[in-house]
Amino acid sequence: MKKSLGAVAAAAAIAISLSACGGGSTSTEAKGEINYWLWDANQLPAYQQCADDFTKANPDIKVKVTQRGWGDYWTTLTNGFVAGNAPDVFADHLSKYPELAAKKQLLTLDDAVAKDHVDLSIYNKGLADLWVGQDGKRYGLPKDWDTVGLFYNKAMTDAAGITPEQMAKLDWNPQDGGSYEKAIAHLTVDKNGKRGDEAGFDKNNVAVYGLGLESSGSGQGQTQWSFLTATTGWTHTDKNPWGTKFNYDDPRFQDTINWWAGLADKGYMPKLETTVGASMQDNFGAGKAAINTAGDWTIGQYTSYKGIETGIAPTPTGPNGKRASMFNGLADSIWAGTKNPAASVKWVEYLASSACQDVVAAKGVVFPAIKSSTDKAAAAFKAKGVDVTPFTQQVEDGTTFLFPIADKAAKVDGIMNPAMDAVVSGKAPASSLTQANEKVNALFK
Amino acid sequence: MAKLRDFRIALLFILPALIGLVVFSLVPTIRGIYLSFTEYSILGEPTWIGLDNYTAVFKDDLFWNAMAVTLQYVAINIVFQTVIALGLALLMHRVAKSTFIRGALLLPFLVANVIVALLWFWMLDYQIGIVNEFISWLGLPRVAFFGSEQWAIPTIAFVNVWRHMGYTALLIFAGLQAIPRHVYEVASLDGASPTRTFWSITMPLLRPVLVLVLVVTVIGSFQVFDTVAVTTQGGPVNATRVIQMYIYQKAFGESDFGYASALSVILFVILALVAFVQMKFLKGNESDLD
Repeated sequence: MKKSLGAVAAAAAIAISLSACGGGSTSTEAKGEINYWLWDANQLPAYQQCADDFTKANPDIKVKVTQRGWGDYWTTLTNGFVAGNAPDVFADHLSKYPELAAKKQLLTLDDAVAKDHVDLSIYNKGLADLWVGQDGKRYGLPKDWDTVGLFYNKAMTDAAGITPEQMAKLDWNPQDGGSYEKAIAHLTVDKNGKRGDEAGFDKNNVAVYGLGLESSGSGQGQTQWSFLTATTGWTHTDKNPWGTKFNYDDPRFQDTINWWAGLADKGYMPKLETTVGASMQDNFGAGKAAINTAGDWTIGQYTSYKGIETGIAPTPTGPNGKRASMFNGLADSIWAGTKNPAASVKWVEYLASSACQDVVAAKGVVFPAIKSSTDKAAAAFKAKGVDVTPFTQQVEDGTTFLFPIADKAAKVDGIMNPAMDAVVSGKAPASSLTQANEKVNALFK
Repeated sequence: MAKLRDFRIALLFILPALIGLVVFSLVPTIRGIYLSFTEYSILGEPTWIGLDNYTAVFKDDLFWNAMAVTLQYVAINIVFQTVIALGLALLMHRVAKSTFIRGALLLPFLVANVIVALLWFWMLDYQIGIVNEFISWLGLPRVAFFGSEQWAIPTIAFVNVWRHMGYTALLIFAGLQAIPRHVYEVASLDGASPTRTFWSITMPLLRPVLVLVLVVTVIGSFQVFDTVAVTTQGGPVNATRVIQMYIYQKAFGESDFGYASALSVILFVILALVAFVQMKFLKGNESDLD
């Protein structure tokens, strides 16, 4: 890979003058080396194992697995598309693939699925459909899924006299917060040892917050508030996937955000300004918060803090009497510019098969998309002493709703992130989101 | 003939720098100016849209916000950095003659920008940062250095003052050493007080160096990005969305490379003006020694 400076400069000059030319030879035979990228370091060992197994079965194909952190992943990928050295296959996200598909950077998989008789019914319900684009074409095969739950510090709930059974049966409503707010208030302790629901509680000197705060959640609120808003009947968009009208002006949404942001005023949740810095998880690890709402991909981190026994509870039930959790599904996609489509298709099909997903399941870090592999992952977590039922029961009970897939996700985020920050930090009322909603909807006109 | 040969040899020496300038500065600049008149998502071809990006920029609240935030940062950063650096340079010149102490002043500058930012980001953390632990031990309320809208820009400016003051002091120190000793001897013979000597001799004779330092640091200051990118990323709300951060978000976050190029061109024009004004009015290319 080493090149002299002159060659690099010349290449850069050519790239500038020609701007993104494709080409090169395209091999139709399934052999050679393919590059595979993913962002989660926790999953790297599992996928390296898959790659080794795959090469054992197909000695002509070598797979080079590279992991890059989420922060650099998408910009590096975009640069790769332009420079012509993007990975052949990469882990893809629902918030990103619509734009990549619209810009023709993804290979459609319909022919391969038909030709190789890939059975799409083996995946958990809905996951395979998430990856069919607006044009009706398939851009990815399901890899894994995630839901949201409550992580809590067991020593703190014990001290507060709240049992795990009570934690598993919390209810919520946007008016008084239900037993969910009661538990949060009771778990909040000020510097003098007074609890949040006791007289004389000093909300300006809080030692332990009942509820941790990660961020305002931008326009999606995946782990922050979407599990609440969904129980009021509210949806992000007019239809999903491919909504073109957002509903941030809906009173049900604004009331929920109002209630949630109000927790900070009451001293039950840190103020937004205090969350810039150490992660929510680390504050939990430092004993500064009793309950955190987070996705199942953080199970490993939450259960690894020394000296802290972490309990897991499902999200509270809401006004509709049910729980809710956003259901996000990842997939593996193939770059349209790959020099080796045949081998790439073979690798993606292998990643989406139980051969690989069982390997991932056995590591107990994430829930694979295939139903039978999901059960194996739950067993692997159990062997580590973690009961993941709060995450899997949402899928079994059908209380999940799909991640809102829409075009122009990055631009929506650009508007909603500051708007939500302003509301959650108390700088603007929840009604200001109506104006942000108008800006968002103007993007689709 | 000899002249031509000299020219050829000179060209040979200039060539590596020239290639660098053309490939990495000139061509991208011209291409950037071209892209600022287009709609371009990097994947696909740019479409010419004339002045649309520029008219949109002037109607963009976030652009004006970015300009205000950037100016606030530059003002705090430059004032503190220059004053502290001047003080340090005088100390280095008159008092601290040990190489070790002079070297130690430069240490923060030797640490990579991102590392410095992350270091302070952790030390100033609201919940578990050592500075806030100390503040609350004193019995004072904790400060959300990076999280509150009032504190975020001053904090970021302070972090960069801390990193750059040693280096800036070194530049000024070099300028101090270039002032001939006999001028000071004459001043002391005339019975001038130290304050009078500073304002009447040191400052005027230091002016060319100070101007150069100001031009370089002001331009560098306008381009603040890395500290923001690894700490607040433009937040809270829009309080630290400095112009470079906004350009980055438009281009790499929202794939709006045409609009981001227009913002970059505007920044380019502003910086060129700032440098021109500074050189012109502070007479940076003339010395009072002659």
